[in-house]
Amino acid sequence: MASIREMRQRIRSVKNLAQVTKALETVSASYVRKATQKVQASRPYADKAWELLLHLASQPGHTNLHPLLANRPEVNSILVVMITSDRGLAGAYNINMFREVYNRFGKSPVPVSYVAVGKKGRDMLIRRRMSLIADFIHLPGSVSYIDVSPIGRLVVDDFLKGDFDEVYLGYTHFHSMARQEPTITRLLPLEVKAAQENGRYGKVEETNHRSVFSYEPGQEELLSDLVPRFISLQVYHAVLSAQASEHAARMVAMRNASDNASELIKHLNLEYNKVRQNMITNDMLDIAGGAEALSQAAEE
Amino acid sequence: MPMRCEIVSQDRSVFSGEADMVVLPGTEGVMGILPRHSPVLSSLNYGLIRVRYKDTEQIFTVAGGVVEVLPDRVTILADAAENVQEIDIQRAETARQRAEELLRQAADDPKMSEKFLEVEAALRRSTLRLNAARRFGRVSGRDKND
Repeated sequence: MASIREMRQRIRSVKNLAQVTKALETVSASYVRKATQKVQASRPYADKAWELLLHLASQPGHTNLHPLLANRPEVNSILVVMITSDRGLAGAYNINMFREVYNRFGKSPVPVSYVAVGKKGRDMLIRRRMSLIADFIHLPGSVSYIDVSPIGRLVVDDFLKGDFDEVYLGYTHFHSMARQEPTITRLLPLEVKAAQENGRYGKVEETNHRSVFSYEPGQEELLSDLVPRFISLQVYHAVLSAQASEHAARMVAMRNASDNASELIKHLNLEYNKVRQNMITNDMLDIAGGAEALSQAAEE
Repeated sequence: MPMRCEIVSQDRSVFSGEADMVVLPGTEGVMGILPRHSPVLSSLNYGLIRVRYKDTEQIFTVAGGVVEVLPDRVTILADAAENVQEIDIQRAETARQRAEELLRQAADDPKMSEKFLEVEAALRRSTLRLNAARRFGRVSGRDKND
């Protein structure tokens, strides 16, 4: 059995750990709230932008509206944007995302390249020797549209150059505190119809305006401005959702760790008290024995 | 018959309500939109949006974006938008000075050329906000109350 000092030290270190996990849990809880608020706040814009694209798509002759909306007949290479966190201690958050991406694209017949958002994801991709074309790490904690728009721009440019024929976005979708789900969606070419069925941007109001838009400036220019912007917006949304998920996952992981720690402390305390009691009993026996011996000696 | 007007920026919904007339800074010129306007899709410039309803008028600054006009609806997707009443003149002034300062530094430094545009945009934005706030902001609002 461990000595009493060792035990005391052990208890103290576990208590310290519990304090740290507890603090991380509280911090994450507040981050989750902030992140979900941001998701909510950017929703009106996303909804409206989506509605606008749908109106455009229902225009006559929309099939070749814009190169970013057109499916390519042959898919020769794929780009995947994977969003993970910079920091660990978030349970299975990062590994789940990676696994989802790996299952989907790991055995793809056409070459797949990756853009990593978040350090953990980047490290995992490098370790597996995947072809990594760019990484975006150390995004600020409260990310704004400006911070992520370079990701959108990069993706759109490479797609238009013909480097990639399809672009996918992998991120962890935040359903609730208890449920986050790794999700992969197609970013490019933008599929106006299919995404509507997903209902990711809520229900879009049906309009009965079948009339044709006039464009100012020209249709070409306007769409070249609008579509990439919408792509960036989708990335932005994904990053927000992923951040909310990350913090939720960390919170749950930290809560489990705190619970385990307090369990362990209870167990250790019990053990410690037993040892201590045992020691006291022994001491008492010693003293009693000593006193007995003394009094016997005095009698003689 | 009023139409529905919505102004949303990337981080929030700035305005949502009825309007009799909306004046917008389109890239091809200022447009005044009345109800039953034919559908238009236009990009927006830096400038002011005026939303008139009955005898009230609300003014917003907008720093670029897109507008979708439908017969019964005007939807503005702004890169940044703000109600003039919300603009804090003090803060707008310091933002403008900061941008000017940065711009001066950037002009000398070739490495900053990329940043130059960014700062220039920031300067344009803050000048716009400041002018708008001076003209239509809280001060004039207070005058009305007096």
